[in-house]
Amino acid sequence: MNGEADARRTLDVAALPPMAFGNQGLIWWGTVGFMVIEGSMFVIGLVVYFYLRLQVRDWPPGLPNPGLRFGTWNLLVVLASCVPNLFAKKAAEKFDLAGVRVWLGVLVLMGVVSVGLRALEYTTLNCRWDDNAYGSIVWVLLSMHTIHVATDVVDSGVLLALACTGPITKSRFADFSENSLYWYFIVAWWIPIYVTIYFMPRWL
Amino acid sequence: MSELARPIERRQTITAADQERLRRQLSATWYVPRGVIGWFSVADHKTIGRRYIVTAFCFFIFAGVLAGLMRLQLAVPNNHFIGPDLYDQIFTVHGTTMMFLFAVPVMEAMGIYLVPLMIGTRNIAFPRLNAFSYYVYLFGGVMLVVTMLMNTAPDVGWFSYVPLAGPDYAPGKRADFWAQLITFTEVAALAVSVELVATIFKSRAPGMSLNRMPLFVWSMLVTALMVIFAMPSIVTCSTFLLLDRLVGTHFYNPAEGGDALLWQHLFWFFGHPEVYIIFVPALGIVSSIVSAFTWRPIFGYAAMVMALVATGFIGFGLWVHHMFATGLPALGLAYFTAASIVIAIPSGIQIFCWIASLWRGRPRFHTPLLFVVGFVAIFVLGGLSGVTLASVPFDLQVHDSYYVVAHLHYVLLGGAVFPLIGGLYFWFPKITGRLMDDGLGKWNFWLLFIGFNVTFFPMHVLGLEGMPRRIYTYPDNMGWNTLNLVSSLGALLLVLGGALFVYNVVRSYAWGLAAADNPWGAETLEWSVSSPPPVYNFLHVPVVEGRCALWDRSADAPIVTGIRSDIREVLITDVMDAEPVHKTEYPEPSIWPFLCAVVTSAFFIGSIFTPWALPVAILPLAITLVGWFWPKKRDREREAEERHEEAERRSRPVPTMREARA
Repeated sequence: MNGEADARRTLDVAALPPMAFGNQGLIWWGTVGFMVIEGSMFVIGLVVYFYLRLQVRDWPPGLPNPGLRFGTWNLLVVLASCVPNLFAKKAAEKFDLAGVRVWLGVLVLMGVVSVGLRALEYTTLNCRWDDNAYGSIVWVLLSMHTIHVATDVVDSGVLLALACTGPITKSRFADFSENSLYWYFIVAWWIPIYVTIYFMPRWL
Repeated sequence: MSELARPIERRQTITAADQERLRRQLSATWYVPRGVIGWFSVADHKTIGRRYIVTAFCFFIFAGVLAGLMRLQLAVPNNHFIGPDLYDQIFTVHGTTMMFLFAVPVMEAMGIYLVPLMIGTRNIAFPRLNAFSYYVYLFGGVMLVVTMLMNTAPDVGWFSYVPLAGPDYAPGKRADFWAQLITFTEVAALAVSVELVATIFKSRAPGMSLNRMPLFVWSMLVTALMVIFAMPSIVTCSTFLLLDRLVGTHFYNPAEGGDALLWQHLFWFFGHPEVYIIFVPALGIVSSIVSAFTWRPIFGYAAMVMALVATGFIGFGLWVHHMFATGLPALGLAYFTAASIVIAIPSGIQIFCWIASLWRGRPRFHTPLLFVVGFVAIFVLGGLSGVTLASVPFDLQVHDSYYVVAHLHYVLLGGAVFPLIGGLYFWFPKITGRLMDDGLGKWNFWLLFIGFNVTFFPMHVLGLEGMPRRIYTYPDNMGWNTLNLVSSLGALLLVLGGALFVYNVVRSYAWGLAAADNPWGAETLEWSVSSPPPVYNFLHVPVVEGRCALWDRSADAPIVTGIRSDIREVLITDVMDAEPVHKTEYPEPSIWPFLCAVVTSAFFIGSIFTPWALPVAILPLAITLVGWFWPKKRDREREAEERHEEAERRSRPVPTMREARA
């Protein structure tokens, strides 16, 4: 190199966009990574539930079945929350800030309702965590899921605040979109956990 | 995506002045902050990686000293140098530290440091999470050391079996410290694994398709995926243990419908993959060293990759071979015997590929390659004793004896520590800019190799003669005296070897020969940048033209342009073919991940003592997390820039394809 001009072969990427949705984006991989980790924890929680079932004759051992009311209401609420979640995701992918604000707001509200119902659910489990191993796993399964719901409600709330105050960059819309993906994940896990907690005592 | 949003191949004139300007701007943009707050804000993968490596080696020395104390105690029969209670703490903390604070973190640390350099990008994905993981790991490790110094260290073995570790038989807080240490290290390891997977899949330099990825990167990918699937199991089971001890749940209490074997299942479902989590990165290190010191590409690349992936899968099907003595149904055990033997196949394939590479190349026996050869010898022996242990009747005979201690040290020290030390001799010039002394290195190798075999080979025999593990002393008339003394003398050689290694590191760091960019003539991308690498890693992100990035590079190899140098912009490519897809901006250094790690650590330690730690910690945790993600000045600038670009694009007529290319 002596300061002479030197024409080199180049691959000019200047025109590439500053972010991408879905599995082309980095945020998606981070989100999915943690979904896999937490999903594995849920799987292990469910495996432990059935493993403990094998240790005793009656299920639940010496305790009444859990009450169905609040858990079922909660199932309906989180299933219904998929609608605003879907619209929030669609709005994010169209860079529609107003849409994101509205649907994320609805989602946060429904999430708060779900957390409230969850608090009531604990009162209808009809067992304590220290009654026996059945009580322990039921409380842990429910709490594992509750932590996820509560965390993502807070997370969505923070995103909603950001959507309202700005600054709004394009990559923020990827955050909105992947937040919706994560909410689907939480909703999807409630189905097997709900069935396990509330119906396995009746069926097994 | 519009037609315009594509990478464009062309010729560009880049003058030396342009390069100098770029260098200056990149250095300013990717700065490593200074000062006390700056020290805790760093988000550069090289800085964090170096800290991880140094910290892991400090824990290695700590656990090594504990091992030395054990060998001192066992050198002669009826020794009362260390009492049973302290001895229990020492072997527990030795094993726990080696597994959770040294072996796994140091391997991930190698990945943190090397992967971005090997795949041609400027930083690891999620750099702040990376910083967070380091501090959580550090605080967890310090907690364990403090418990040891305060005589309240865990004393129930590194796998902490219940009921021994349960509330009935382990009063006090010792077992709780163990359970929370696990949480600390797993949080750190899981975070790093997600970063590594995202980095490897999404930020490889253009042209580095999956089938051109260096074997070390493949090994880190397999490791990270194994961590992601294995570690949730131990997080869950150690949390159950803590709950049993703290709030009276009954997961492991058979009197109330729990089950003690549940612990063993959950622990080993993690614990066996753990062995491979430690060992697989070492395989990558070995491949890097072999190809560099034979100057030929590794023989059987595809077979090597398949073997790594196969190891990753089969590693999950072996856990019950740790539980052969628990009275599980014999038919089920047969499956685990078969799986345990099957996993020898991919290991064998790799061993033969390395031998073939050495055979067909012209090996240069510098220190790193010596460690590789030592690794092959020791690991084959460890593998053979592993195959014998896979047999149920044999396992029942030697269960919980020194035979198992010998086996696990052969596979872990031989399979991981030898390649690791070889790897440090190999990459030391890249990391520090100075070569390690090769003469001392050879002494280092022979001391460790001989010391290792003298220490651990007799343990096979001691085990066969019936010496149980984890006893603090033994009577005079058992016939174990000579071999124990030999083993302890071997440990002395190991200590000397270790001390020589530390001496060589310190001496070379201060006065070693200055290293060229590529002192070994190796083929991976990290050797194309200066030693040590600049903060931004690559002045121009390269375009990779073959499997051996530097050896296959043509005279007129293209470089990537158009990645902004005034902000921390990184090129994101697609998973399979590493085609450029988009660019993204990595965050600036920040103090928040450190603060978040402080709060997280306080919460973990607090929850050893009271369940109220959770409600108390929630608010500070939320504050630090929001602080971490809350937009900074840079985001407002970015918003303005994007508005400006948008306005400009609207005011401009849409060019045709030909105009765009021109």
